[in-house]
Amino acid sequence: MAWFLARLVLRNCFRHPLRTALTALGIIVAITAFGLLRTTVDAWYAGAEASSASRLVVRNKNSLMFPLPLYYRNRIEQLEGVKSVSYADWFGGIYIDRKNFFPQFAVEPLSYFPMYPEFVVPPEQMKAFQLDRRGAIVGRKTAEKYGWKVGDQIPLIGTVFAGNWSFVLRGIYHGADARTDESQFFFHWDNLNETVKRILPDKANQVGIFLVALEDPSTAPALSKQIDGMFANSRAETLSETEKAFQLSFVAMTEAILLVIQVVSFLIIVIIMAVMANTMAMTARERRREYATLKAIGFEDHHVVALIAGESLLISLAGGAIGIWLLYPLAAWVGHRFATIFPIFIVSDRTPLAAAAMAALIGVVAACAPAWRAATLKVADGFRALG
Amino acid sequence: MAVAEPPIVEIVGLAKSYRRGDQVVPVLQDINLSMTRGEFVALMGPSGSGKSTLLNLIAGIDTPDRGRLAIEGVDITGLSEGELARWRAEHVGFIFQFYNLMPVLSAFENVELPLLLTRLDRRRRREHVQLVLELVGLADRADHYPSQLSGGQQQRVAIARALVSDPTIIVADEPTGDLDRQSAREILDLMESLNERLAKTIIMVTHDHLAAERAHVVRHLDKGVLTDRIERPRARATG
Ligand SMILES: Nc1ncnc2c1ncn2[C@@H]1O[C@H](COP(=O)(O)OP(=O)(O)O)[C@@H](O)[C@H]1O
Ligand SMILES: [Mg+2]
Repeated sequence: MAWFLARLVLRNCFRHPLRTALTALGIIVAITAFGLLRTTVDAWYAGAEASSASRLVVRNKNSLMFPLPLYYRNRIEQLEGVKSVSYADWFGGIYIDRKNFFPQFAVEPLSYFPMYPEFVVPPEQMKAFQLDRRGAIVGRKTAEKYGWKVGDQIPLIGTVFAGNWSFVLRGIYHGADARTDESQFFFHWDNLNETVKRILPDKANQVGIFLVALEDPSTAPALSKQIDGMFANSRAETLSETEKAFQLSFVAMTEAILLVIQVVSFLIIVIIMAVMANTMAMTARERRREYATLKAIGFEDHHVVALIAGESLLISLAGGAIGIWLLYPLAAWVGHRFATIFPIFIVSDRTPLAAAAMAALIGVVAACAPAWRAATLKVADGFRALG
Repeated sequence: MAVAEPPIVEIVGLAKSYRRGDQVVPVLQDINLSMTRGEFVALMGPSGSGKSTLLNLIAGIDTPDRGRLAIEGVDITGLSEGELARWRAEHVGFIFQFYNLMPVLSAFENVELPLLLTRLDRRRRREHVQLVLELVGLADRADHYPSQLSGGQQQRVAIARALVSDPTIIVADEPTGDLDRQSAREILDLMESLNERLAKTIIMVTHDHLAAERAHVVRHLDKGVLTDRIERPRARATG
C-alpha cells in the first residue's frame, strides 16, 4: 500500500508539470534566499565568532578614536596572568581608489603574530617582514585580488595619517581555517610612529588598542577590571573587554539591520508557504472526485491525507534540496564578490538544516487545509458537482 | 428451492433529509425494499426524486436519518466511518455515471485498487485483475490509461474494478448516462451477463427504459417514495 501511495504521489506531481515546476521554483528561490540571508547574518558575526575569549582588547574609555599612551604596555605586561601584550593602530589608507577597501593595521611585528596563530605565514617571509621596517604582510585574498607578489611595492594614501605611504610586501598569510579573515594588511607600527613623530609630534608614541593574551581565559573579567582600575583617573582611562565582546560591539551597531534581515528571511518563507498552500488547495479541489472515489472503494481518510501531504512534501523537499544545493556556489560567489564587506562568507552547518526544516514546514503547512478538507469530505458530496 | 433465502438487501422505514440553510428538505420517506441474492433491480424516477440518495445509502457512502438498512443481515446504519469504509471495501462494487477512474493509473492499476485493501499478494492480485479484465473484454488494454480509452471502454474498466473484489452487491448510478447508444448497449449486455452468469446482485439507477428492461425488477421512486414494482421473468433467453 505504501508503495502504491508513493507511486500515485509521484505521478500526481507530474500531472501539471508546469504548475509543479513553478511551485518548486518558488521554493527553490525562497530556500536559497533564506539560506543566503542567514549566511549574511552569520558573516556579520563571523569576526566575533573567530575571535578569542582568551585575548583582551584595551582601548580608550572615551572612544576608539582616542589613543592610549604606549608606555601602558609595560604596566599591563607586569600583571599576573598576562602572557603577552601587543598593540595596533587602525590605518585606513586608500589603495589607488576609495572602493578598494581592505583592513589595514599598524602592528608591533614581534608580538602581534604569535598572538594570532590563525594567520599562517611562511617562516622565511615572517623573518623578512620583521627585518624590514617598510615591510608588510597581507592576506591571501587581498594579494590575489590585486595581483600582489612578495617584493612588490604597495602604495597607500593615508587618511587618518595623511600622506603618501609605500610598503614592500614581505609576506602573504593564509588562514588556518575557512573562518579566518584573509583580507587584512599589516605593517610595522614603528614605521607609522616615525612619521607621526615628524609631522604631529604630540600624537607620537600613542596606540589605538592594546591586545592582551591571557594565561587563562577565565581570568578575563578580573584582569579587565584590574587593568581599567590601574588607569582610572589618569589622562587616558581604559576600557578592557574580551576580543569577542569588542567585535560584538561593532555588530551591535548594526543589530537592527540584522534583525530586519532575519525577519525578511522568515517573511520569504511565509510568502512561499501561502503560495504553496494555494497551489495545493487548487490541486486538491480538482481531485475531489478522485478522493471520493478512493474513499467509496474503501480507502480511508489517512490514505487520502497521505496522498496530499506526500505530494506537498515531495515538491517542497525537492525544491528545498535544490535550493540548498544552489546555496553553496551562490554563497561562494557572494563571498568572492563582496569580500571586502564580508571577509568570511561561509554557509554554516546549521543553515542547511534550518533550510531543510523550513522546506518541510512549507510542505506540511501547505497540505494542512486541503488534507483536512479531503479527510472530512463526505463521499456522496464528493460526487456531486462543485457547489 | 431457494424460496426461504434471506434477503441480501433489507430496507425498512428508511428516511433521509438534507438541510439547506435552516430548512430541512426531506428526500426519502419511509422506504421499504428488499432484494434477494442474484437479483438485478433497476431504480427509476424523475431527476431529483432521490434515486442517487437511496443508492448511496445502500452502498454505505451516506447515512440515513432513520430506518433499518441491512446488507446480508448486517445493519450498516450503526457502523462508524472507518468501519463503513472497511465494510464497503469488502461488500460493495461501484459503477458511476462518469466512470471515476484514476487518470494517472493504467486500466490494470485502476482495477487493482480494491485489491490493495485486501491481504492478497502481488501475484494473486495480478491473477484477479487479469481475470476480470478478460471478463470485460479488455485484457489487451491493461496498460492503457483512461485518457487512451473510449467512454465505453472506461466504463468496462470501472465494471472490472467493481467486480474484482467479488463484492456482495454492485451499485450502479446511471452507468450508461454518459454513453452513446451502442456503448450503452454493450455495457448493459455486460451487466446482464454478470448477473446471469456470475449471479451478481445488482442495483442500478437509470432513467433509460432500455436499460431498465434488463433488470428483473423495476422500482419507481417519486418525490422520495417508492411506488410501483414491475417484475419480469428471471430467466431470459440468451443469444
Ligand atoms: N448533500 C445534499 N445537500 C442538500 N440537498 C441534497 C444533497 N444531496 C441531494 N440533495 C437533494 O436531494 C434530492 C434528491 O437528490 P438525488 O438523490 O441526487 O436525486 P436523483 O439521483 O434522483 O436525481 C435533490 O432535490 C437534491 O437536490
Ligand atoms: Mg442521481
